[in-house]
Amino acid sequence: MPESQNADGKKIKVLLVDDEIRFVEVLFKRLSKRNIDVTKTFSGTEGIQALRKVDFDVAILDLKMEDMDGLEVLKVFKKMYPKIEVIILTGHESEQTAQEGMKNGAFAYLTKPCDFEDLFDTIRKATAD
Amino acid sequence: MAEEITSKKLYSRTFTRNMVLIVVVVSFVPMLLVSGMILHQYSISYNEKLYAHLTEVVHRHAQDIDNFLNERLNNLQFLLDSCKDEALLDESVLQERLFQLQQKYEGEFEDLGVINKNGVQVAYAGRFSLGKAEYSDTKWFQEAFEKPYYISDVFLGLRSRPHFIVAVKSFYQGSYYLLRSTINFEIFNSLAENLRIGKTGFAFILNRDGKFQTKPHYDMLTSNKSYMDFIKAGKKAKHGIYIGEIQATSGFNQAIYLAALLKNEDWILVYQQEKQEAFSDLIRTQIVAAVILLLGALLIVIMNVLLFHKVISHMTEVDREKEMMNRQIIETGKLASVGRLAAGTAHEINNPVAIMVQEAGWIADLLEEEEFQDGKNLEEIHRALKQIGNQGKRCKEITHKLLSFARTSDTQIQDLQINEIIKEVVAISDKASYTGISINTHLDENIPLIYGSQTEIQQVLLNLINNALYALKKKGGKIDITTRLAGRYVLVIVEDDGPGIPEANLGRIFDPFFTTKPVGEGNGLGLSICFGIIQRMGGYINVHSTVDVGTRFEIRLPLQKPEALKLDEQPAETSVNPGE
Repeated sequence: MPESQNADGKKIKVLLVDDEIRFVEVLFKRLSKRNIDVTKTFSGTEGIQALRKVDFDVAILDLKMEDMDGLEVLKVFKKMYPKIEVIILTGHESEQTAQEGMKNGAFAYLTKPCDFEDLFDTIRKATAD
Repeated sequence: MAEEITSKKLYSRTFTRNMVLIVVVVSFVPMLLVSGMILHQYSISYNEKLYAHLTEVVHRHAQDIDNFLNERLNNLQFLLDSCKDEALLDESVLQERLFQLQQKYEGEFEDLGVINKNGVQVAYAGRFSLGKAEYSDTKWFQEAFEKPYYISDVFLGLRSRPHFIVAVKSFYQGSYYLLRSTINFEIFNSLAENLRIGKTGFAFILNRDGKFQTKPHYDMLTSNKSYMDFIKAGKKAKHGIYIGEIQATSGFNQAIYLAALLKNEDWILVYQQEKQEAFSDLIRTQIVAAVILLLGALLIVIMNVLLFHKVISHMTEVDREKEMMNRQIIETGKLASVGRLAAGTAHEINNPVAIMVQEAGWIADLLEEEEFQDGKNLEEIHRALKQIGNQGKRCKEITHKLLSFARTSDTQIQDLQINEIIKEVVAISDKASYTGISINTHLDENIPLIYGSQTEIQQVLLNLINNALYALKKKGGKIDITTRLAGRYVLVIVEDDGPGIPEANLGRIFDPFFTTKPVGEGNGLGLSICFGIIQRMGGYINVHSTVDVGTRFEIRLPLQKPEALKLDEQPAETSVNPGE
């Protein structure tokens, strides 16, 4: 199982923000097995609260959530901790939303359902700089 | 469907009938009123004029006759005054005077006679051999002797011929004498006869008792005796002339008469004419007017019926078109909402699929553990898990296509690249459920943009492709879609090698509600809607088909901006005229 470490040699800290519970759970398990420090949150609000406590390296953010618009969360994240790299997940194929996300500081975007390896690679790229 | 057509028929039949009735009545009433009024006025006018005219004529004639009689009297009077009375007893003098009179007044005086108070003719000049005739017991002598002058009725006298006598009394040598003359009846008769109008208008003179004084020209009169009363009962007009009507009896037609009194009311000049002839002009006018009215009425009715049928069929046509348009709007709307529905569903499916795929991946992760390495079916499990991943990817592609199609469903009119639309439509076409059918595209990438509504173009293409799929369902086959530039149009060809369309149906496939599919499988509107869409875009669609060979639909869509075609991209083939 490929492991990863961040630049400091410590485990990469990843924040999951998505209101699809099962999705978050399975991603949590898979990422954890690859020695990543994963924190699960199931809403924008929870995510913001988590970021207050910990400086995450990467956030995986679903753009379409019930309680808050993903883009809003993105903006807040970048404001709170500009160093954070946000990977946004889009469910619908709207190029426009993805572009919006990139404009607002997202590192990359992936469409659901996404390939796990792609996601993992993207996380590593995000923490490479 | 059948109910709609029936109710429309009813609506148009009752409607036509009512409208026609209304218009006919509204046209007739004023027409009849005006014609009636004018005709009535004209009739009255004519009536008055006719009678006025006749009155004048009769009056003049009466005056002429009276003048004639008075003149004769004056002649005799003058005779008496101008010569010594005894001279007249001399027959040669009498003869001479008679001669003079006859010279002066051609043929009017037939003879002259002097009669004494005893009724004996004492002198005579004239051609009748009367000699010493005796008149003492004749009525006329008795009457004549009592008056200064006298005109007798016409009677058959001694000579058994109709004549009448004019007599003037004079006093001579203590005794009264009558100077008498016989007046030519013929001449007098012709005076009355002169009054002749048309074929049945004639005049005659009667005495008080209704006896003819002139020869009746026309043997048509009823009992003469009643004339006097009859005449007195008539209306009195100008110059004291009586006007009336004689009713029709068997053998005699209805007639009008005018009567003037003559000779101090001793005689009557009667002018009589068949009413029909007198009023012939009026009657003719009335008939002509009636015929014209009738023809006019007929024309109005016919024109109205024709006109309204035309209006109704036009209205029915318009209704039909409206129906078509409504259906089309509904169809387009349906397409749009189905698109949105599909998009929503696709989007929702993404999440469960994502979860499934990740869970399968997690299983694969777990299999990496030592404890599973000796499992018998490890390879197989890995393969199966991979398969889950692949199928998940496949789901993703499917929803991706669907979402892409739904996203681009845009009803706005804009510049479009038709190749893109074709590709999208082909991608989502239902070919998965049909085996043995392949769809091939031959799209010229250099064709310029067209101008139209994306949704509508999608609808047309979907329709044609689905029709082709339906046709190829049984035996399979291929569908070819080609695009290229043709003159000032973009040409899109959709053809299949299926069973084709029989000649008999070819002319009707674009008709609304025409379908060869069984009940419930189609409403026959697809192609007619396509036709409408393309027509409104300013394009053409036509179909060629041969049974057992295939079917080809050709669509020509106009370029909105012909100058968009760059100079170095002139089409290799010669331009094709639309409608070929």
